[in-house]
Parts: sequence; C-alpha cells; structure tokens
Amino acid sequence: MNKGISYTKAFSTLLKRDLQIAVRHRGDIFNPLLFFVLVVTLFPLGIGPEPQVLTRVAPGIIWVAALLASMLSLERLFKADYADGSLEQMLLSPQPLPLMVLAKVLAHWLLTGVPLILVAPLLAVLLHLEGNSYGALIATLALGTPVLSLLGAIGVALTVGLRKGGVLLSLLILPLYIPVLIFATSAIDAAGMNLPYDGQLAIIGAMLIGSLTLAPFAIGASLRVSTN
Amino acid sequence: MVEKSKATTLVSASNLTCIREERILFDELSFDINAGEIVQIEGPNGAGKTSLLRIIAGLSRPYAGQVNFKGEDINRCRDEYNDQLLYLGHLAGVKSELTAEENLNFNLRISGYDEFDAREILAKVNLSGFEEALAGHLSAGQHRRTALARLWHTNCKVWLLDEPFTAIDKKGVEELEHLFLAHANRGGCVILTTHQDMSVIGDDVLRKIRLDYRFV
Amino acid sequence: MWKWLHSYADPERAYKLSGTLLPWFAMLAISMIGIGTVWGLVFAPTDYQQGDSYRIIFIHVPAASMSMAAYMAMATSSFIGLVWQIKSADWAAAAIAPIGAVVTFIALVTGATWGKPMWGTWWVWDARLTSELVLLFLYLGVISLYASFEDKVLAARAAGILAIVGVINIPIIKYSVDWWSSLHQPSTIKITEESSMPTEMLYPLLINIMGFGVMIGAITLVRFRSEILARNGMRPWVRELAKAEGVK
Repeated sequence: MNKGISYTKAFSTLLKRDLQIAVRHRGDIFNPLLFFVLVVTLFPLGIGPEPQVLTRVAPGIIWVAALLASMLSLERLFKADYADGSLEQMLLSPQPLPLMVLAKVLAHWLLTGVPLILVAPLLAVLLHLEGNSYGALIATLALGTPVLSLLGAIGVALTVGLRKGGVLLSLLILPLYIPVLIFATSAIDAAGMNLPYDGQLAIIGAMLIGSLTLAPFAIGASLRVSTN
Repeated sequence: MVEKSKATTLVSASNLTCIREERILFDELSFDINAGEIVQIEGPNGAGKTSLLRIIAGLSRPYAGQVNFKGEDINRCRDEYNDQLLYLGHLAGVKSELTAEENLNFNLRISGYDEFDAREILAKVNLSGFEEALAGHLSAGQHRRTALARLWHTNCKVWLLDEPFTAIDKKGVEELEHLFLAHANRGGCVILTTHQDMSVIGDDVLRKIRLDYRFV
Repeated sequence: MWKWLHSYADPERAYKLSGTLLPWFAMLAISMIGIGTVWGLVFAPTDYQQGDSYRIIFIHVPAASMSMAAYMAMATSSFIGLVWQIKSADWAAAAIAPIGAVVTFIALVTGATWGKPMWGTWWVWDARLTSELVLLFLYLGVISLYASFEDKVLAARAAGILAIVGVINIPIIKYSVDWWSSLHQPSTIKITEESSMPTEMLYPLLINIMGFGVMIGAITLVRFRSEILARNGMRPWVRELAKAEGVK
C-alpha cells in the first residue's frame, strides 16, 4: 500500500474528474454560452441596428457580455463540491491546496472560457466589428478570460457557503474585472484603427501571470473560511 | 489495548473552546488520544460532536486552544497531518455523477495511492455488481458504503468518522467494527461519533468523551 | 519588542483603552474640523478662476484623501487579524469599513456637486471620480460580505481576504482607469489643474485633512467599542459592565 505524492498526477486526476462530470452534465457548459449569445443579441435590439453605431460599441458589448457570462458560470465552480462534501476532502488531502484549486479553475475555463472564445467571432460578425479587430478580439479573450476565472474564483470561494451568494458575488468580483475590461476593449479598438495593440496585450498577459501565481492562494484561504 | 507506557500520543487537544452563534459548545476541553485507541464522542444533538470532529480534523478553527498531532500544532504541520488523516463527515464526498468505481478511484488517487484494485475493495463493502452504477442511483446505504470503501485501503493512522454507521445495515456495522479493531491493533486510532450501539467493540475497549448540551 | 502590544489584543483592555482615547480624538476632531472649515469657508480668499464654488474642496479633498487611507487601515487590520489571529484587529477592520464607505460617498457627492458649476454637468467620467466610484464598490463588497455571514469570526476572515485582494487590485484599477480616461477624455471638458495654492487656502485644507483623519479615528473608536461588546456578549466582564449600566 504505497503512497506517493505526485503534483502532476494529483493535478491531472482532479482535472480529469471535473471534465468527466461536466461531460455528464452538459447543461453547465451550454447555459453560460447561450447566455453570452443572448445578451449580445439584446444590444442591437436596444440601441438600434445602424452598423456604424454597432461597430463603435461592439468590443464593449462582447466584453461586458463575456464578463457576465464568466461570472454566471463561475457560480457553480465550488457549489456541487461544497454540497456533497468533496470540498472538505480536497482541503484535507495531502496535496497542496493551491494546486488543486488551479486544476479546478483550469477545468472550468476549458469548459466555459474556450467555447466563449470560439463563438465570439460569430457574434462579432453580427455586431459589424471592424475587420482588423478579429485577431485582437480572440487574443484578448484568450488572455483575459482565464484572468476572469481566477479572480472570480476568489469571490466564489468566499460566498460558496452562503445561501444568497448570487447577487453578492457580482458586487465582490465585478469591480475586480474592470482593468481587464479596459485594456481588452482598448486593444480591440486600437486594432480597428490599425494601431499597434501589443502593449495592451502585454498588460493583460501580466495580469494573467499575476493572478495565476497569487489567486490560487487567495482561493484556498477563502475555501478554508467557507468550509469552517 | 496498548499499554499506557508504550502508547504514543497521536492526537491531543488542549483547552479547546468552541463558540457557535454566541453559544459556548464546549470550553477548555483537553484530551490525549493514543495509538491503539477507539474513542467515541458522545452527547445529545447540538452538543458539538460534529464541531469537535471538524476542529480535530483542522477544518474548523476553535475559538481558543489548539490541536496537536504528535506534539505539533496541526496548523504548522498540515501536510504531514493530512497525510495521516482520514476524515469522513456527514457528507461523504461522493459524486453522484460518477460511478461507484470512479468515485473510489478518484478518492484513492487524490490521496496518493496508485496500485489498487477498486473492484476488489468495492467487493469488501458488498458493492459487487454496482461498480458501474452512478452513485446518484445507489441507495443511501450503498452511497455511504462507497465512501467508506476508502477505509479498506489506507495507511492513515488517524481516522475521524462522523456517524459512520448511518444507513448501514447490522452486518455492515459489525464488519466496520472489526475493521476499527484491526486498525487500532495496527497502531492507529479511531475517533467517531455515533448514536448506535456497537456490538463487537465492547465497553472495555471503547473510550468515551462526553459532551453535554449547555444552556446559555 | 511588540510584546507590550499583545496585552491590548485582549478585548477587555482594548475596550478600556479605546474608551480612554475616545474623548481626546473627539475633541481634537471637532476643533480641527471647526477651525479648518470656518477658515476655509469664511476667511480664505476667493479663487480668481472658480469664484466661491472652489470652497467645496475643504470638504471634498479631505474626504477623498481619507477614503483611500481608511481602506488601507481596514486592509492592514484585516491582515493582522488573519495572520496573527488577533480578534481585536478583525473588529477594528469591521468598525472602519462603513465609515470608509461613507467618506468615499461624501467624496463622490461633493465631487459631483463641484462638477456642476465647473463642467456644467453632475457627472463626468473623470479618472479620479471613476476610481472613487470603484473604491465605493469595493467597500460595499467588504461590508455586505461581512454582513452575510452569521458567524462573525468567519465573517471577519472572509471580509479580510476580500479587503486584501482589493488592496492588491486598487493600484491596478487606479492605473487602468487613469489610462482609460486619458484615452477617452473629451477635449471640451478641461479639468482645472490644481495650481500652486496660496497658503491662505492651503492651511485650512491641511487642517481639515488632518481633522477628517482624526474624526474617522474617533468614529472608528466608537464603533470598535460597540463591536467588542457585541462579539463578547457572553463574557463575564461585559455582563458586569451591562449590570453597572443598569441593563437587565
């Protein structure tokens, strides 16, 4: 009965389990995506169909919708684990907690962030996004949505034990999303005007690295509070 | 039981105080639990049995006092302690979307075990034939057994079990009791809460810690 | 070196110490804000560009500068409470949060009121106003998270983590908002640079800034004391205190 702790094995075991569960529960993947598409559809209906207006606001709409969809899908990140006791087992396992948290967030991003990136160009067509901006749109979403998942997971971990977590969650994490929103939309705008946007991308990349290193510890500490 | 002189203290609590919703559950509680002991925490509902187990596990922080593992504060040796700790709470950590076998596989892998035969272990808890069934479709007792199966493949010294016998039939309870005795004889310790009477583990072996419901 | 501080972590001593300090803070705050405000509103010279409407800075600037300082104080207390598990620090953080939120709100309202005569509109997406608004959201997040937990020991730890995450993010948010507003600021609106201020304006302003700081300290002490009593209701010394005050 040998026991060996291997970080990569623990990481992949947890990642695999979360993906497996999600595949058996497909609604969790499609609902946030559907929400994303619906919110974006509402905007032309609300502000009018003129292509010039839509072109101007397209980056903002897509990114705000992405923020909301990410937040909505994150709410379920730790809920099921909390309800069935898996979360306690995770906290008491001999594996380092930040590592396991990272595996869970990665699984979640693969399931909700990646589909969002894939469907975004289609929505951009509907909103008459500037032709040069597509590359920037994909790049900012690819770098930015993991940051949203990581920061959002802190808020989710803090509210997972509360009954009325939903509205509170938005108050906790939307202010933290502001920098990503600002730099992402500005990169897309810059690309539309044929200006370089690698500066903005570099800043979002720095935010990604920063949140990758710090957020797992904050999430772990928050989970310990929530399961108390 | 191991003789007192030879006994090594695995878990010790010193001056634990627990306050929930402005009510003192227990105050200045101290005890040592040695290798080879089976300890039952008893008391009426609401006396703080689960809270005490969770504090010993390190899931909850006590209001005051500390828990030591082999003489060291568990907050300072969390990895070492978690490596030797097997905790099963009210909620067993069984995923209803996964089959019994997948659940056990996951639970053992994440604890660091690699070589095991999940079907063989499931057979020991009478779950042969249910390996492929989703845990969500199992009965309450089978669900519980899926979680308890871990006890048959572990080298953790400290077992913390909150109501392990819930929904388990009489024969299953006896098997569990034999397992506890064997574990204690191997130098481990079992700390459990239960309202059921145990038939195999006699009062001479079982040590009890009593918590009373406190008013005010 | 810090040993003497530890004895004040004991709730009873913290309660007594804050009770001794309170009248001093209160008196100092009243006199400083009184002097600063009267000086600023009545005796300081009129600004040649903005007329008398500039006088709102004697409220606005102290509130704005203290809003950030109060957040820092709250996060520092939370950090002490989390790391060294000193409960008095948790209570202090819980006491500061609503005060900081109110000060931030005052800064926002006075800023908007100032904007009306200066820019002709109540709200401008000016970088400073925007980051002040975000700061208010951060405060409200901490406050409502603290309120959502029934167990206040947990509440303090959760709100503390959020406050610390907020502190790491404040510079990033501030920088991004500054950068964003420099991109988007319409050229029709000019924000008057705060030019070198005559000393007759500067002194009352400085006095008021310090006065606001001391006032926040005083109100924090009041809230801190009630927080201690609320969290220690089952302790004998609180019961004796209540008995002495004639509470049944």
